[in-house]
Amino acid sequence: MTEISAANTAPPKPRTARLRRWFHRRGWADLTIATPYVWLTIFFLLPFMIVTAMSFASRTPTSPPFSFGVDGSFLNFENFARLLEDDLYRRAFLISIRNAALATLLCLLIGYPMALGLTRVSRSARNVLLMLVILPFWTSFLLRVYAWMGLMGTNSWFNRLLTSIYNGLVPDDWAIRSIQMMHTNFAVVLVTVYSYLPFMILPLYANLEKLDLTLDEAAMDLGSRPFRVFLDVTLPLSIPGIIAGAMLVFIPACGELIIPGLVGNPSQPMIGRVISDEFASARDWPMASAVSVALLFLMVGPMMLYTHFEAKAQEKKAMEP
Amino acid sequence: MQAAAQAETVRASAVDPAPFIRIDGVSKYFGTFRAVENVSLEIRKGEIFALLGGSGCGKTTLLRMLAGFEEPTKGRIFIDGQDMTGVPAYDRPVNMMFQSYALFPHMSVEKNVGYGLKHERMTDARRKERVREMLELVQLSQFAHRKPHQISGGQRQRVALARALARQPKLLLLDEPLAALDKKLREHTQFELMDIQHKTGTTFIVVTHDQEEAMILSDRMAVMDKGEVKQVGSPTEVYEYPTNRFVAGFIGSINFAEASVVSVAGDLAQVEVPAFGGRMSARAVPGLAAGQALTLAVRPEKLTISRGRPDLPNAVQGVVSDVGYFGKDSLYKVRLPSGAVLTAHSANARRAAEAERVATWEDDVWLSFDPSAAILLTA
Repeated sequence: MTEISAANTAPPKPRTARLRRWFHRRGWADLTIATPYVWLTIFFLLPFMIVTAMSFASRTPTSPPFSFGVDGSFLNFENFARLLEDDLYRRAFLISIRNAALATLLCLLIGYPMALGLTRVSRSARNVLLMLVILPFWTSFLLRVYAWMGLMGTNSWFNRLLTSIYNGLVPDDWAIRSIQMMHTNFAVVLVTVYSYLPFMILPLYANLEKLDLTLDEAAMDLGSRPFRVFLDVTLPLSIPGIIAGAMLVFIPACGELIIPGLVGNPSQPMIGRVISDEFASARDWPMASAVSVALLFLMVGPMMLYTHFEAKAQEKKAMEP
Repeated sequence: MQAAAQAETVRASAVDPAPFIRIDGVSKYFGTFRAVENVSLEIRKGEIFALLGGSGCGKTTLLRMLAGFEEPTKGRIFIDGQDMTGVPAYDRPVNMMFQSYALFPHMSVEKNVGYGLKHERMTDARRKERVREMLELVQLSQFAHRKPHQISGGQRQRVALARALARQPKLLLLDEPLAALDKKLREHTQFELMDIQHKTGTTFIVVTHDQEEAMILSDRMAVMDKGEVKQVGSPTEVYEYPTNRFVAGFIGSINFAEASVVSVAGDLAQVEVPAFGGRMSARAVPGLAAGQALTLAVRPEKLTISRGRPDLPNAVQGVVSDVGYFGKDSLYKVRLPSGAVLTAHSANARRAAEAERVATWEDDVWLSFDPSAAILLTA
């Protein structure tokens, strides 16, 4: 088409000709590569820059409720100073990290055997079981949290059952009327583990499924009993899967808003709640932004350090004679 | 037969004749599939024994039963007089070299070789010493700290061998030990393996689909098909004196012709071979009766090709239909008047230009063979 029209009409201007040549040569490749970058720039980098910029602004009773250069200097570091000084934020960070870390550890302890089991069953059973792992996603997340609220309430059959088991085990004068589960960090961890377990199982399964079973046989052949084989071969080779799963659980669990909001202890807010409150109730957008930026660096920092050292180690290995 | 018997005595002097490994009526079924069917073998201490067969013949299943990864459905396995039934892989005095080598990718060469020694009662110094010895044996001392992905395929193969030998097993199982190596390296490694076997004195059982590998490596071998052992013997016995059509056809190339026995006189049998258009004489096998139908087989290198009629009892005339020149030898396909095509191999012992060669396309030639070269197969 292009050639026919080019032959019949006047030659195209040199500028567009060059553009067209570039497009024919590598246009598709460049466009494909550019797409994720453009996406990340528009939907991650730009918003993050806005939030970062906002964290250096001051709160003013305007609309939107922030301005720059209120106290003379253009950048306002007060928000970050408050972040370090005010116990509220520090405690919120600590509780978030503690809950998320505990939930991640429990997800790993529950998810690892499940993922390993998935790799050892027949292919047909495996598909059914994988389906079951993903099945809860078909129900609304909110609905599932509410279901747990129903279970944990003081008058639920579940709570009464646990209470009667507890009372049966301890001396009579230790007996209690019900177990306080709602509005505790225990409830937050429990529901987080329940909600995020598939995010641990799936990357672990993907990793374990690729492992060569002849390695297990080799270890066994060399005198290792099955548990030793697991410790020496399976576990070290599944570390990438463990890291992937742990990140997929830990990062969103840290910033989780709905679970602690519904079942958590209101006097011990997690960081997601703090950010939400600062934005919505306190209308302190700069402070909320500062907390968000701090949270991001807290999450991304260790990850970047890990990748950095991992790359260094790889390099060192490659350099060895 | 005499040469074979002589070779046998030479081997027997190096090898303890008492059976060290006894496989006693072993069968293995996977559902209705019969992977191994009633196999009985006796393997002597210090020998290299090959299990040879095509894919799916049950050789690997048999090896895995020796290693303890599979339990026999029927039958028992004894190693050094000890019944292996119910003994798990980690408690057997057996080590295996895997076809894929199965080196631990997260451990250095040194750690891989020393892995099996973790469970042995020995001092750390002794353990280190043993790893050093093993690495020296396979000439990999300078690669001790590398990871498996940082060394070549041939080096990986040697690490796998050192790792399997480090525990000084009574029996070493090798699953297609040379399959992953290229041709040149394979030839070199074959002799290296034999050398290491000689140095350590370990009994080797080698599984292979490669007949040349089995012939070169092994003292004795078992040819397997569809889960059954078809013949056991030294490479010479199996090649020169096959006992059935499968073994004769599986090892090397061979010409088959249907025949019937005319008469048996002492050592020689006269057989009528319609495809050859006449009677041939062949070395008799026990239990022949006149009129019995059997198969006559001749290896291509035992057929002599000539332009004139040779002065031999077994000679057939035909036309050269195809010539293949391999350099060191040539292959001739000769069509007989009956329509049968015989393959003959002849060594190019003299330097000759194309025109000077003994025969070429469409030449009338004679093929002849000694009665001792003819194999009579009743099975």
